[in-house]
Amino acid sequence: MKPTLRSPGSLRALRTTLLNTWLATTKSRRTRAPFVSGLLIAGVIVAGSAALLRASHTPLIAEARAADTAASAPGASADTRSDIVKRGEYLARAGDCVACHTAPRGKLFAGGLAMETPFGTLYSPNITPDAQYGIGTWSQDAFFKMMRTGRTPDGTLIYPAMPIAQYTKVTRQDSDAIFAYLQTVAPVREPNRKHTLRFPFNQRNLLYGWRTLYFREGEFQPDPTKSVEWNRGAYLVEGLGHCTMCHTKINMLGGSSQSEQFAGGLIPVQNWYAPSLTSDKDGGLGDWSIKDIVDLLQAGISDRGAVYGPMAEVTYHSLQYMTEEDVKSMAVYLKTLPDKSGRKSGPSAPTNTNVFALGEKIYADKCALCHGAKGEGKLQHYPPLAGNQSIEMDSSVNPIRIVLNGGFPPGTMRNPEPYGMPPFGQELNDTDAAAVVTYIRTAWGNHGQPVTPREVNELRNAPLH
Amino acid sequence: MHRRTIGSSVLLVFYVLWSGVALAATDASSAMPSAMDERVRACTSCHGVQGQGLNNDYFPRIAGKPAEYLFNQLTAFRDGGRTYPPMGYLLAFLPDDYLRKISQYFANLQPPYPNADQSNVAPAVLAAGQRLVTQGDPARKIPACIACHGARMTGTQPGIPGLLGLHASYIAGQMGTWRSGTRHALAPDCMHSIAVKLSDKDITAVSSWLARQPRPADPRPAPASGERLPLACGSQPQ
Repeated sequence: MKPTLRSPGSLRALRTTLLNTWLATTKSRRTRAPFVSGLLIAGVIVAGSAALLRASHTPLIAEARAADTAASAPGASADTRSDIVKRGEYLARAGDCVACHTAPRGKLFAGGLAMETPFGTLYSPNITPDAQYGIGTWSQDAFFKMMRTGRTPDGTLIYPAMPIAQYTKVTRQDSDAIFAYLQTVAPVREPNRKHTLRFPFNQRNLLYGWRTLYFREGEFQPDPTKSVEWNRGAYLVEGLGHCTMCHTKINMLGGSSQSEQFAGGLIPVQNWYAPSLTSDKDGGLGDWSIKDIVDLLQAGISDRGAVYGPMAEVTYHSLQYMTEEDVKSMAVYLKTLPDKSGRKSGPSAPTNTNVFALGEKIYADKCALCHGAKGEGKLQHYPPLAGNQSIEMDSSVNPIRIVLNGGFPPGTMRNPEPYGMPPFGQELNDTDAAAVVTYIRTAWGNHGQPVTPREVNELRNAPLH
Repeated sequence: MHRRTIGSSVLLVFYVLWSGVALAATDASSAMPSAMDERVRACTSCHGVQGQGLNNDYFPRIAGKPAEYLFNQLTAFRDGGRTYPPMGYLLAFLPDDYLRKISQYFANLQPPYPNADQSNVAPAVLAAGQRLVTQGDPARKIPACIACHGARMTGTQPGIPGLLGLHASYIAGQMGTWRSGTRHALAPDCMHSIAVKLSDKDITAVSSWLARQPRPADPRPAPASGERLPLACGSQPQ
């Protein structure tokens, strides 16, 4: 999670002395939920040790799917629900509530998803309208206050595994719609599971420290100098979409700064690299067309590449359901993020000749069939590797993992039967895998750096799922 | 644009060449890979081009098994009923409709069976295995395998898999996970209730005997039968 709002100057100094303790959730995608930060006790900041963690990811969500189907089922035959409920369903998808508030094989929105951390386990709460165990007795006001302030109606501070620093930007109107929708789902009589955090992490007062640094309450403020479309995109990306929870780097102290917002970062423990959305130099969308961005987000595939890893889940549960207009507005906004450095240029990095030759041979044997003899790909199901930012990124994590683990893009309404990339971890040893990844990162004018067998080996144990 | 066109042409030439080579090498029946052949490369790189399985314990034969059985396995891997992270990861974001199509694709394939296991196993063990498979053990209320999996042991439509063409260690491994509860099926989970009655010796006997059986003359699963199963199975509703 990326609490990304700027800290006031007086706090900034503190921040550098603070060891923020983050807990990361293990849920799939947003696993980058860092959390909990310094202790503020009697005005003295005591700190926990820094830790960027993320627990292994729990398998996803049978019922979320059932949920997807169920949620859309009423629409299948004349949707007679009120407009506010339909809009609320749409917005709940934009916020991807289902991904965390539904457990594997659990009931829709009944919570119970385990988010394991070295500090203990958090469980997402039941947000169905059950009066005893869910939010059935909440008022519209109480729900809105929770969204805006990050506190439950009884004043309890919510752990920032919930993207409270982003949801605070949601408008009253949208919050009311989401609440109206949640009140229409089937109530589930299942109690919330208690978090099992160890001391001192079970002290919610810790959250005052975290909030002081990273939580700025307040609705999204449109920029009057920008278009309506841009502002809509900014609202969705910064608010419900909570994109910044993954796409901003976490610093050594487990914090992140406004200046690094959307600049990309490794998702701790889960070990996927969330690429920069800003600078073309290392990822970035500056030279992407709006169409390619929309295709990538909504269909899961594009002429520039496909979504994979944690982003596949975001497209699967959330983005595929959004209107073309909304996804386009997000693309318009994303393309205007600061792009200071321009694309990488110059000759490819030098590599060991033998390693390059080995990689070239393996590429010809195993990869060229789909990705082309010169990495040109075969649109639209086999992404080009030449000039592909996912391949050229400074971080070699993603290209190594894709070679080891393979993967299917998500099955979406626009691409219901995706083509799968085979895993090669079982047939390529560390040396071979490193050679072929080195090859694709440095051939055809690509600007990636070589990788070592050791880097490959370390990622063999990265959590799958 | 021009470059891309050239690139595509080069690619096409490569592709056609490769296809020709592949054809000559594998004697595949179709001239060009179909869209489904291409889509499921993520499956066939481990389970074999025809779903025949590889010569190890992790990548079993999936070809020719009833489509409903395969679908149940895919959703179980995806949703947590079976735990094997590489499978769960691949399937995590694939919708049911597509998984049904993939299941049907592999159900339609019938590649040759591997040679039967020739390893040295004590005759008494094999005899015990044969007894359990064909007669069960009424005293312990263990039904015969063939009562559900078919007299030819090639499975029964729509949800019961065949037992041939699998390695002994794979079969034993699955029996172990049924018994320990790490592999689940739709409730009522009949295989779990059977597996908990089996000793290690039973599992060795059954898996050794099954792996030694010759390839079936007719590899197709038996048609769905009106006959009552010895116990209720969620994956084969009656």
